[in-house]
Amino acid sequence: MMIGLRTLPRPLAGILSFCLLSSVIPALHAQDQVHTGIGLPTNQHIRLAAADFKPVGNDPQTPQLKTVFDATLFNDLTNAGVFDMVSKSMIPTGTPGSPQEINLAQWAADPANASMVALGALAANGGRLSVSGWVLDAKNPGSPQVLGKKYEDNASQDNARAIAHRFADDIIARLSGLNGIAETKIYFVSARTGTKEIWMMDYDGQNPKIVTRLGSTSLSPRISPDNTRLAFSSIGKEGWTIRMYSLELGRMVAFPAGIAGGSNFSPAWSGDGARIAFSSSRTGDPAIWVADSTGGNLHKITSFHGGHDVSPTWNPKTNTQIAWVSGRTGLPQIYTMDADGANIQRVTDGGYAISPSWSPNGQFLAFSWNRKYGPGAPGGQDIYVIDLASRRWLQLTHDAGSNDFPSWSPDGRHLVFQREIGHQSELWTMLADGTEQHQLTHSGKDSMPNWSWK
Amino acid sequence: MSSKKRILTCLVLLVAVIGFAGCKKKTPPNTGTAPSLSGPAPTAQLTATPTTITAGDQVVLSWRTTDANSISIDGIGDVPSAGVKTVTPTESTSYHLVARGEGGSADATARVTVNAAQNAVAVPNDMSSSNLTEEEQFKASVQDIFFDYDSYEVRSDAQGALSKSAAYLAQHANIKVLIGGYCDERGSNEYNLTLGQSRANSAKQALVQAGIAADRIRVVSYGKEKPFCSESTEECWQQNRRAGFSIDR
Repeated sequence: MMIGLRTLPRPLAGILSFCLLSSVIPALHAQDQVHTGIGLPTNQHIRLAAADFKPVGNDPQTPQLKTVFDATLFNDLTNAGVFDMVSKSMIPTGTPGSPQEINLAQWAADPANASMVALGALAANGGRLSVSGWVLDAKNPGSPQVLGKKYEDNASQDNARAIAHRFADDIIARLSGLNGIAETKIYFVSARTGTKEIWMMDYDGQNPKIVTRLGSTSLSPRISPDNTRLAFSSIGKEGWTIRMYSLELGRMVAFPAGIAGGSNFSPAWSGDGARIAFSSSRTGDPAIWVADSTGGNLHKITSFHGGHDVSPTWNPKTNTQIAWVSGRTGLPQIYTMDADGANIQRVTDGGYAISPSWSPNGQFLAFSWNRKYGPGAPGGQDIYVIDLASRRWLQLTHDAGSNDFPSWSPDGRHLVFQREIGHQSELWTMLADGTEQHQLTHSGKDSMPNWSWK
Repeated sequence: MSSKKRILTCLVLLVAVIGFAGCKKKTPPNTGTAPSLSGPAPTAQLTATPTTITAGDQVVLSWRTTDANSISIDGIGDVPSAGVKTVTPTESTSYHLVARGEGGSADATARVTVNAAQNAVAVPNDMSSSNLTEEEQFKASVQDIFFDYDSYEVRSDAQGALSKSAAYLAQHANIKVLIGGYCDERGSNEYNLTLGQSRANSAKQALVQAGIAADRIRVVSYGKEKPFCSESTEECWQQNRRAGFSIDR
């Protein structure tokens, strides 16, 4: 059962099958199989209470770090989409610092009515931060401990956040069997410095950092599956080239295939990290080319006059298929093909369809679609997900700005995307069924997000 | 060799031309303040005096901007945040200023109507007349062309401009051309970059068919990354769906 849960984003599968079957199902969440736990029915979100952590000692750093830690942990557990979080206003008073200090019956009773309780203690001491965390099953008071962890690092707000992310992912893995995303990063384009550069931040929008400082225009960041290299396109004296930045070395590294003339855009890593597909006009019309990730063995895989082929994305499950955007029939549409260019199939049936992102399990494409595109047409540019096997699609955003560049989280249950309202472009996340939409950035200048692999 | 000659030409023209010469080294953008996460929206004003002239007459362009760190006037290039410049348009021209800053961008346009000279003898009609810089001659002779929505086909209304451009380039064999492809704000950055590429390629092909050597022409797509205006109106979108020509130095 656990394997099944890891490979399928069930909220989405549930909703798509709901559309497909058109059967009378009392509530969508009844179809939702993601949420399982210890001795609990599998069709309910686990009711989880997160106690504020107990500050230990009198180091002046402790209160501030504790505040950051508590907020980050609660936010991570809420974002996970697998828990029914107990509101902080409903939890019993007092901050138990260990399993010995908690009266579980109080937490199991109304109004908290918690099935599980996360709790622990935090102490800064001489520049070191130490956190002990537990999860207790409130409905099993005889043997309540489900998880016990201890974390240590240098005392800083960044590390308090990082430890909260790790504890959240440990809780999510233990209670749901899913790989959490709290420790993942999002790479994106930002013009905060006046030119478009590549930036990175934590998955929750915290801790933004500039990565490139090229001073020109850099677009389309794509992080390698091992999270060590960043491919992107940038304009310079040789026109648009595919560039490569090593996060380990902290500098640009060579990618020879990405230069050689014409305009080169939108790199995409295969799921095994061995190959990169991108758009290049080096021999005429913009076409999809594939090279080894070291830059060798370059070859062209699409060939269509006036094709405008761009924005490739690999099926990360098989690495044998590529979806991409082509204007070969007029307005851009989404297509799929084998990685050698054979077996081309059109996915979208009209409108203006762009920016495909292939889900980690290989089952879905997320993309941006304006189904009624045209001068004066009322359509909006919205995020959709299509089930490639059934060709059933689901609209995830509605009536809110112009939405583009969806990118899957590594657990296949969330999407990050760009939403532009009145020339202000921000990054948002949502669950892959369109619920729980949250704004991550507020600069007005952020775009083209790409979620790290794990 | 040819660049030395160009520098020499520039020096000669610098002496001859009042005001900023077109080949003068570009003024670096004003970067006095550290970039902030967001700032006030820039403002821009541009006036031309007088707004109606006879060919050969001078027009004074005067501009003022606020909260901008990168200001450029179409055909003139980067300019300071405020200033005055004398120009001598040979035909009716819309001067277009774009000011970009931390808080976005603003633009302003000033239209100059140029009437045909009443006394053809008195007014020099020759494009190579020494009172125009190479840049100004180029701008007057090689004009941007515009495209239909989601299209990269050269429109029939652009043929006249392209013929004139080809004739000028045939006469000035030392000049190399950079063609930029531009798109309106709608749709994705990535797809628009390929569309801009095809617009620039179409313009290049038209010049090649008119006899200009392909190796004199370089193309680059700007997609929707460097718009000429930023309003969400059909008028502005049309301005941004273009192939723009400049001297490739």
